[in-house]
Amino acid sequence: MPVEFDSIRAEHVAVRESVGKFDVSHMGEITVSGPDAPELVQRLTTNDVTELSPGEAHYSALVDEEGVLQDDTVVYDLPESRQPTEGHAYLFVPNAGHDAESHERWTDFRDEWGLDCTVENNTERYAMFAVQGPGSEDLVADAAGEALRELGFFHVVPAEVAGADCLVSRSGYTGEDGFELLCPWDAAEPVWEAFDCQPCGLGARDTLRIEQGFLLSGQDFDPEDNPRTPYEAGIGWVVDLDGEPAFLGSEALGEATEPDDRFVGLELTERGGAPRHGYDITDTDGLVIGEVTSGTMSPSLGRAVGLGYVPAEYADPGTAVRVVVRGQQKSARIAATPFEPEP
Amino acid sequence: MTEFTIPEDCRYLETHEWVRVDGDRARVGITDFAQDELGDVVFVELPAEGDELDAGEAFGVVESIKAVSDLYLPVPGTVAAVNEALFDAPELVNEDPYGEGWMLELEGVGEGEALLDPEEYADAIA
Repeated sequence: MPVEFDSIRAEHVAVRESVGKFDVSHMGEITVSGPDAPELVQRLTTNDVTELSPGEAHYSALVDEEGVLQDDTVVYDLPESRQPTEGHAYLFVPNAGHDAESHERWTDFRDEWGLDCTVENNTERYAMFAVQGPGSEDLVADAAGEALRELGFFHVVPAEVAGADCLVSRSGYTGEDGFELLCPWDAAEPVWEAFDCQPCGLGARDTLRIEQGFLLSGQDFDPEDNPRTPYEAGIGWVVDLDGEPAFLGSEALGEATEPDDRFVGLELTERGGAPRHGYDITDTDGLVIGEVTSGTMSPSLGRAVGLGYVPAEYADPGTAVRVVVRGQQKSARIAATPFEPEP
Repeated sequence: MTEFTIPEDCRYLETHEWVRVDGDRARVGITDFAQDELGDVVFVELPAEGDELDAGEAFGVVESIKAVSDLYLPVPGTVAAVNEALFDAPELVNEDPYGEGWMLELEGVGEGEALLDPEEYADAIA
């Protein structure tokens, strides 16, 4: 996917005001199937997968034994028609470049725990597209059938698009109504062409998700460069410490529910450019208290906004802080996400 | 391939700034190619009037939604004016890079170094 097709701003606005499409085939697809698939998924993801029924999905986290985020993902309990005759089948979508390591890790744990299921890396077999924006329902209903209008948020169904068997879920990474489609790799072109709307690149994908405060794996957290627990990263709501059997890392996370650092939104209140990955956050005396992990000039709001980590005592919206932009301390404040338009 | 505008009356740096010299005064900005590479410009940081700058010196910053880039001065001189319109309308750099999107006006302009003529700049971005 290119950074931009036309301009980041035009693509961003299309998604907020009408509809745009993204080729997100860089995302991985791992299928877990068989009698012990529920147990393997339950033990390797933080959310309680036993709460899902076929055709439902949820957001979840992958952590290590210490509770450190490795990746974030959506777990799909596959629709009835895609379920095996014996056992159960799930699909999850690791972020770009994480599919091989996820596959290896899941296979190793399956073997170590002696579980009966297959773990398949299908990343090369699927293309993935997202159709996002208030106009997405009309486009998807035209291309995939009127029944898609009734599809609930985070539900997934099989559907035929341009003659290809697809899985369609109502989900996305933009904060708008939208759909994500998995289709066989060799049908990628006709399926992409079935949606007549603004093609969008990685740039707009980033500005749209930053405005919502959504995490980007490898940038807002990273097991090596910026190890964070789900609680620090603000996604404690996908951690179910009471799930049975307990997930790997649940013991460590049980003692980490009130972390020192919090993932917050930031807004610059003085002119000075946008906060960017790696910029320091200071208190009003100039003492460094944290670091920006993502930021941009928000195309929707016309303000410089960012995301980053600060100590809990600075995390309340409205707290005055500063961001060091190219050596200069710029006034900023902590803000709730999604970022709100000016009152 | 997109054709980029490269006015005949300007000289260029490999870092994509243009200078239009008129006697001992000059205007400076970034090229059509540069604004296209950057995408939507959202912020421009410029020096203060009266600053004396050398050729090749970083005189400011241009920031788009996707990237931040330093600005380099093609010729030495004293800053006579900065384009304050860019503070409220940075998109002028995208819309009219050689006109309303100008950045600096210099006086007491000296000889530049490593300046490219339009043909050489066209080769540099080809």
